[in-house]
Amino acid sequence: MMTLLILFFPLIASILVFASGNNLASKVALLLAAAELAITVYVYSVYKQTGADSFYYFKEWISNPKISFHLGMDGLSLLMVILTNFLTPIIILSAFNRNIENAKAYFSLILFMQFALIGVFIAYDGLLYYIFWELALIPIYFIALRWGGPNRVPVTLKFFIYTLAGSLLMLFGFIMLYHYNPSHSFDIRELYDNASKICSCNQSWLFWMFFLAFAIKIPIVPFHTWQADTYKEAPTQGTMLLAGIMLKMGTYSLLRWLLPVVPAGVAQWGPLAITLCVIGIVYASVIAIMQKDLKKLFAYSSVAHVGLIAAGIFSLNIQGFQGSVVQMMAHGVNVVGLFFCADIIFNRTKSLQVEGLGGIRNVAPQFNTMFMIVVLGSVALPLTNGFIGEFLLLFGVYEYNTWLSVFSGLTIILGAVYMFRMFQRVMLGNTSETTSVFKDLMWNEKIVLAIIAITIIVMGIYPKPVFDMAQPALQSILDKVIIK
Amino acid sequence: MMRVDNFSVAFSGLAIVLSALIFVLSADFYHNEEKHISDYLAILVFTLCGAMIMFSFSNMAMLFLGIEILSISLYIMAGSKQHDVRSNEAGFKYFLMGSFASGFLLFGIALIYGATNSFHIGNIAAYVSAGQISPMFYVGMLMMLVAMLFKVAVVPFHFWSPDVYEGSPALVTAFMSTLVKIAAFGAFYRLFYLCFFDSLNYIVIILGVVTAATIILGNLVALSQTNFKRLLAYSGISHAGYLMLAVMSMKTGTASAIFYYASGYGIATIGSFAVAILVFKAMKSENIEAFNGLGKKNPFLAAALTMSMLSLAGIPPFAGFLGKYYIFSEAIKNGLFGLTITAIITSIIGVYYYFKVILAMYTKEADETSVQSNIAYTTIIIVCVSVSLLLGLFPDKLMNIF
Repeated sequence: MMTLLILFFPLIASILVFASGNNLASKVALLLAAAELAITVYVYSVYKQTGADSFYYFKEWISNPKISFHLGMDGLSLLMVILTNFLTPIIILSAFNRNIENAKAYFSLILFMQFALIGVFIAYDGLLYYIFWELALIPIYFIALRWGGPNRVPVTLKFFIYTLAGSLLMLFGFIMLYHYNPSHSFDIRELYDNASKICSCNQSWLFWMFFLAFAIKIPIVPFHTWQADTYKEAPTQGTMLLAGIMLKMGTYSLLRWLLPVVPAGVAQWGPLAITLCVIGIVYASVIAIMQKDLKKLFAYSSVAHVGLIAAGIFSLNIQGFQGSVVQMMAHGVNVVGLFFCADIIFNRTKSLQVEGLGGIRNVAPQFNTMFMIVVLGSVALPLTNGFIGEFLLLFGVYEYNTWLSVFSGLTIILGAVYMFRMFQRVMLGNTSETTSVFKDLMWNEKIVLAIIAITIIVMGIYPKPVFDMAQPALQSILDKVIIK
Repeated sequence: MMRVDNFSVAFSGLAIVLSALIFVLSADFYHNEEKHISDYLAILVFTLCGAMIMFSFSNMAMLFLGIEILSISLYIMAGSKQHDVRSNEAGFKYFLMGSFASGFLLFGIALIYGATNSFHIGNIAAYVSAGQISPMFYVGMLMMLVAMLFKVAVVPFHFWSPDVYEGSPALVTAFMSTLVKIAAFGAFYRLFYLCFFDSLNYIVIILGVVTAATIILGNLVALSQTNFKRLLAYSGISHAGYLMLAVMSMKTGTASAIFYYASGYGIATIGSFAVAILVFKAMKSENIEAFNGLGKKNPFLAAALTMSMLSLAGIPPFAGFLGKYYIFSEAIKNGLFGLTITAIITSIIGVYYYFKVILAMYTKEADETSVQSNIAYTTIIIVCVSVSLLLGLFPDKLMNIF
């Protein structure tokens, strides 16, 4: 029952917000998102006591093909749900004090998005999962389309069609899986149990169908071309949803729906996949150095980070898995912080070009401190959340292959280069004409950035709860992937 | 003469529901200009009658009768706006082309009768499975195939449909693209499933080429359309291609997949036409530009059209998604990998032109003209949208009929 509540509460919330009218929408949305967070905290406490068993929910849904309404939350799913439900209220709060046209539709779409994302993370039936996966695309598309920047129409359409193409490949993969699978089912248990019964030639096809879908969503170079423009054109909250949570759909799905489902395919093509990831890390980092637009810079830094997450997953060892989960959480928080800082700058100066900014530190010391912490988290300084994740990821990749880890390690160095260079040129130096009137943080911005900063530090010092939660789920996945 | 089975009951039920929806819309549609609205409604019922014969025939003569009753009513309906040149043109064009197809059909039936000495589909099926097939039979079967392909408007027999759809009054277009298309597919499937099943291997290549050409061409040409009715005509052609895919997978009994797909398609199309008719009337234009800014002018209509378009594009949780899923799944079961991949790629193209309408509604600037709905249309729109959502969420009821 808890599982159903945590899934459907945002859906109800989204309807309520839509009904509440434009003036109240943001406040009602925040309240309901906070309530959902409270439910999540309660679920977490139940999880601590009883483990994952009490969260399974199973009901027959469609008899032909056999699709069941099968939900569940093991440690991995629950962590993703926590991330989603933690970020959503922050994202909503970040939109306070901004002029948003037709606010009721905006916030209601954000909450609807939350619903679909939770669905992706807790669905344990292939087609149910696929439906949520597609469903998540619709609200974010409309958020970017209605409230996005001037060039939004072609950019969002490209985004939509690109990701939909991947999804349809995945659908094709699921249908093939259904027919190859002797028990003819989409249920995750059946898929896991029968994974070894599918011949490896078919598995290599299946691998590519799933991998492409996830690689587009994550995105892994060379399937990333939709991403930077979409992040730039989407409204800030949309970018936060995309980068903070939606991207994790891809990396989470690698763990849940790719590795254990087609282990022989992974054995065959995993090396190529991890190489692509590592190429992507270096490539995206280099491109990030060249970026003049803040949002695009953060977008490419995000490609580099998630490339490392995916590389860790394909390294097929527990360190890589653990690192990927921790880094998914950390990256979610950090990237939301980064894009919010960009939004604050844009809100004051109407510019996101690195040139022309500068000296903001002199006029906005509070903002400076907060931004610094977020940047430090994102360049993986020890004692911030980014460090734990990247360290474990690099360790995992090292176990897999030394050379790959050397190149992945570049992400830390290059990350420091582009982040600090950006920070220096935007925040330090002399105050320019555009930045001299920079107003320091407003109350909602203070709260959002304070929460993010505290999370960055707390998670960096004490990440143990995340490890503990993820460990059993990851170990069981790993046991299925490694073919003895 | 006729045989009532699950297939015919299910499809007739669908036809009745679709006609009822159109009926409600038509009261207002002809309100201004027609003196004899009763004539029009009577012809609509004749069409329905023809469709129901097509779903339940067990005799070639009845098939022909059904198709003719349906077609002749439609020729009149296409030309039902007497003072509109385009409507007259559409009716005439449809009549000329349709009569040719009927001629083919009749000739085909005659040849098959010559080979088998029977009009009854059971006897013909027995003749086919007995194995000694005369060449005359093949010629007859091919001629019937051509006629049926014409009626369902697939490439290369599709040329009439965009012109006729564009010229006919919008409501008749809605009728043709839903009920008539579904009737033709029902008859097509019934004919080949019950009668030519064992000789399917001889024409599978033809069907494969036709299917591939239909889904590719239908989707590609739809991209460049500016007229909403033509857009839906080409989208209808591509949907016919997907249904052909299901016809080709007939060996595993795909009636339920066709039925589900047809229901989802029909409901979504009527929903979009209901919105479109209101927009056409207010804006006095049938181009996609007419929808500009509808999201601001009338959010309800815009949202409803968006959902219908999403369903047509095959995005979950709407019925269009599961419909596509069923068809692809059956096709893969029958080993039609190449065609399925083609279908998947082209459905991505499909998303693009459906989104053209959505983009027009939400991103283009609106002008001053307001678009109002009335009770009848609002009801139909709500019914269509909720049915396509419910079908998508609870497909079991429909899928278990067969």
